Amino acid sequence: MSAQDPVLARLVDQINSARSRRAPLDIRGGGSKTFYGEAAVGEPLDVTGLSGITSYEPTELVVTVRTGTRLDDLEAALEAHGQCLAFEPPRFAPGGTVGGMVAAGLSGPARASAGSVRDHVLGVTLLNGRGEILTFGGQVAKNVAGYDVSRLMAGSLGILGVICEVSLKVLPVSPSTATLRFDCDEAQASANFRDWASQPLPINATAWHEGGLYVRLAGARAAVAAACTRLGGAQLAPEQANSWWSSVRDHSAEFFAIGAAGLARGESLWRLSVPATAAALKLPGQQFMEWGGAQRWWKTLADAGQVRSAAARVGGHATLIRGADKSNGVFAPLSEVSMRIHRGLKQAFDPLRLFNRGRLYAGL
Amino acid sequence: MAALREVLPREAILFRHEDTVPYECDALTAYRASPMVVVLPETEAQVAAVLKICHQMTVPIVARGAGTGLSGGAMPHRSGVILSLSKFNKILNIDPASCTAIVQCGVRNLAISEAASGYGLYYAPDPSSQIACTIGGNVAENSGGVHCLKYGLTLHNVLRVRGFMVTGEPVDFGSEALDAAGLDLLPIIIGSEGMLAVTTEVTVKLIPKPQSARCIMASFDDIESAGAAVASVIAHGIIPAGLEMMDRAMTAAVDAFVHADYDLSAAAILLCESDGTPAEVAEEIARMEQVLSAAGASRIEVSRDEAQRLKFWSGRKNAFPASGSISPDYMCMDSTIPRKRLAEMLRAIQQMEIKYNLRCANVFHAGDGNLHPLILFDAADADQMRRCELFGADILETSVRLGGTVTGEHGVGIEKLNSMCVQFSAAERAQFLALKQAFDPLELLNPGKVIPTLHRCAEYGKMHVHRGMLPFPELPRF
Repeated sequence: MSAQDPVLARLVDQINSARSRRAPLDIRGGGSKTFYGEAAVGEPLDVTGLSGITSYEPTELVVTVRTGTRLDDLEAALEAHGQCLAFEPPRFAPGGTVGGMVAAGLSGPARASAGSVRDHVLGVTLLNGRGEILTFGGQVAKNVAGYDVSRLMAGSLGILGVICEVSLKVLPVSPSTATLRFDCDEAQASANFRDWASQPLPINATAWHEGGLYVRLAGARAAVAAACTRLGGAQLAPEQANSWWSSVRDHSAEFFAIGAAGLARGESLWRLSVPATAAALKLPGQQFMEWGGAQRWWKTLADAGQVRSAAARVGGHATLIRGADKSNGVFAPLSEVSMRIHRGLKQAFDPLRLFNRGRLYAGL
Repeated sequence: MAALREVLPREAILFRHEDTVPYECDALTAYRASPMVVVLPETEAQVAAVLKICHQMTVPIVARGAGTGLSGGAMPHRSGVILSLSKFNKILNIDPASCTAIVQCGVRNLAISEAASGYGLYYAPDPSSQIACTIGGNVAENSGGVHCLKYGLTLHNVLRVRGFMVTGEPVDFGSEALDAAGLDLLPIIIGSEGMLAVTTEVTVKLIPKPQSARCIMASFDDIESAGAAVASVIAHGIIPAGLEMMDRAMTAAVDAFVHADYDLSAAAILLCESDGTPAEVAEEIARMEQVLSAAGASRIEVSRDEAQRLKFWSGRKNAFPASGSISPDYMCMDSTIPRKRLAEMLRAIQQMEIKYNLRCANVFHAGDGNLHPLILFDAADADQMRRCELFGADILETSVRLGGTVTGEHGVGIEKLNSMCVQFSAAERAQFLALKQAFDPLELLNPGKVIPTLHRCAEYGKMHVHRGMLPFPELPRF
C-alpha cells in the first residue's frame, strides 16, 4: 500500500490533524458491531473508502484485501473459486467490513476446529498513532521475521492502529458437509463433545441448546459419510442446516435477541469463553453452547460479578455482548501485569491515545 | 554471583570456563560468545528470583532450551547470564478429555507426542529436530515442521504460555479456554525469540492420531514442473498433510546417508502425504496421483506400507545431517516465498551457485513455500566463508523481492539481523523496538537479537551501496 494512495493520504491527514489537537478518533467501518465493546468516543474516522481486493491468488491460499471492503463481497469472491474464510466470521448486521472482522476478532461456529480470525491473519498494513504506514507479516503462511504484530491486531478493537489492508489465509470449501441433530440434555451433550474430541472425526462445528445437540461434519466425502453412519442422529436437509448455522453465527436465532422488555428487566447476553471440558455453569437463565463446550452464551439476569466469577472459577472469562448496563465493564478485568503490558503496547503504537480510546478498557 | 548464590544451590551456577563452553552457541555454531555465568534453576521460584536479581543489577539474560536453534537466538551475551531451562523437563498433565497437555518448557517436542500416544493423541508441529528441541524453544521460534501446511505452526497448537516478566513477576498469555480477555498477546509471545518474557510452562493442544497415512514420491525431470506441480495440488483444493520438495543434489546426499529409496535420476522429487481415515486417504491419494501426473511427474510411487512411508520421511528429516556428511560445513537458509515463485527461485539459486562458486542443495517445505537451501562450504577457508555469507544474503534478498520473508521458521536471532534491514523500513523497525519496551523497558532479555538497530541497518545499507546492489542509493535510509 502506498502513501500516495488518495484514500490513505486522507486518513493520514485526519490522523495528523487529530494529533495536533490531541482529539480522539473513532474508527468506523460498516457499523455492524458498534454494540460490541465499550462506548466509542471521538471524531469518526471513516475507513470504508479503503475498499477492494488488492490481490487474490487461489493457488497461494491467500487473499489481500483493503479493510473497508464489505465482508460479503470478499466471501463472494472467494466462493467463486471454491474457497472460504474457514473461521466463519459472524455478520451481526449487513454492511460489516473486513477491517471490523479483524478488529473485533470474533469467529463463528467452526472456530473450535478451523481456528480463529487471528489464526488466519498473515499480514497487515496499518497506520499507527504517528500516522506512519507500517506493514507486518506478509502473504506467506510461515513467517517469523520480527514480532507477529499482524496477529496482535485481531481482536484489538482498533486501539493500536487503523488496519488498512490485511492478508488472510483462505482454504478450499470442504467437498462434503452434513449436519446431524440429537436429542439430549446438557450433561449428555458435554459427554458427547468430550468423547468425539479425541477421535479422528471430521467435526467442523458443534452446538447445544434446549435439548438439541447439533454437529456439523465437513471434509472428504468418504470421511463425512462414514462419520454420519457412525454417529447416527437425524440428518438435517442441507438448506435447513445452512440457515440454522447462519442463525447461530450471526446471532439472528431467537435465543440471542434481547427485546425491549428483556432490557428493561436487566437481562444481558454474555459470552463465556471457558475450557471445553469445564463443568456445567450454574447461572440463572438460558444457555447456548458452542465450540464443543468452549463457548457458552448465557442470557441471564445475573449481575456482572456473578457471571464473571462463574467463568473465572473454571479458568475462563466473560464478555458482555448485549445488555443495557455496561457500568461493570464489557471485558473481564486484567491482572496488574497484563494491564501494564496493555498500557505499554498502547504507548508503543498510539502514544497520544487517539484510536478508539477506552473501547477495550478504560485508560487505553 | 553472591546474589545468585543466595537463591540457587551451588551446583546450579556454572562460571568456570570449562563448564560454560557448551553454552557458547546454539546450532548456529559459527557464532559464539562466552557467557559470564550459566544458571540452571529447577523451580519457578528460582527463575523468578534470578530474573529479579538480574533486573535489579541490569544484567542481560538469555534464556536457553536445548540449544538446537539455527539462528543464534540462544547465543550468550558476554556480560550476561544464560538461563538454562533444561531442568524444566516434566510433563505435568495430559488430559485426553480436553485433548490438551500441560508441560514444562524443557520437555522435548517428541516426548509430548510419545506421552500422549497411549490416548491416541499427538502434538502436531514436528520440526526436524523434534527428538531434541524443547517446547519452550518451539514457542520462542514459532516452529513449524513438515506437517504444518495442514496442522499449523506452534502458534496454532498452543493455548497458553506461562512465564515470567523480566521483573520476575509471573504472567499468563492465552488461557485453557480458546481465547483470553484483552489483546491477544499469545501471537507476539510465540516467535518472540526470548525477547519479551521467559517461558516456563506451556499448554498445548493434542489432536487425534490419523488412522492412516500414505505418502507419494513423485519424480520430475525438471525443477520448473516440480514447482508448478506444487501449485497445481493446492489449486485442486487439496491440502496435503505434508508437501516437500528436494532437488537432485539433496536426494543424492540423503540417499547416501540413510537410503531412503529416492529416485536419484529425477531433477527434483516431491513427497506428498495424505492422512485421515483409510477411505479418506484412498480418495485423496487418487486425486493427488491424478494431479501430479497431469503436472508432468515422470514417476509416481505411493508408499505401500507404514515402513516405506517412514523411510520416505527419514530421508527428508535427515537432510541437514546428510549435508554435513558431504561438506565440511553448510549454511541453512530459511526464507519463505509465494509457492508460484518456487521454480523461479530455484533457477536464481542455480545462477548464484555459479556466481559465488559454491554448491547448494535444496530441500523445501514446498507446500508452505518455505525454503531450506543448504549452501555447502568450508569454514576453514576464509574466502569460502565470505562467499557463503554473500550467497545467503542474496537468497534472502531475492526472497523478499519475490514477495516473501527472510525467515519462515528458524527465527532471526543474530544470523538474519542484516536481512531485517532489507525486509522492514526504519519506521517498522522502530515500532518493533517500541513493542519490546512494553515488556522489557531496560532491554535485558536477549539483547542484540531479532531487531537490528537503526545504526546497524545504516551500516548494512552503506555496504550494499558499495556493492552497487541497493536500489535508489540516493534515498535517505534513516
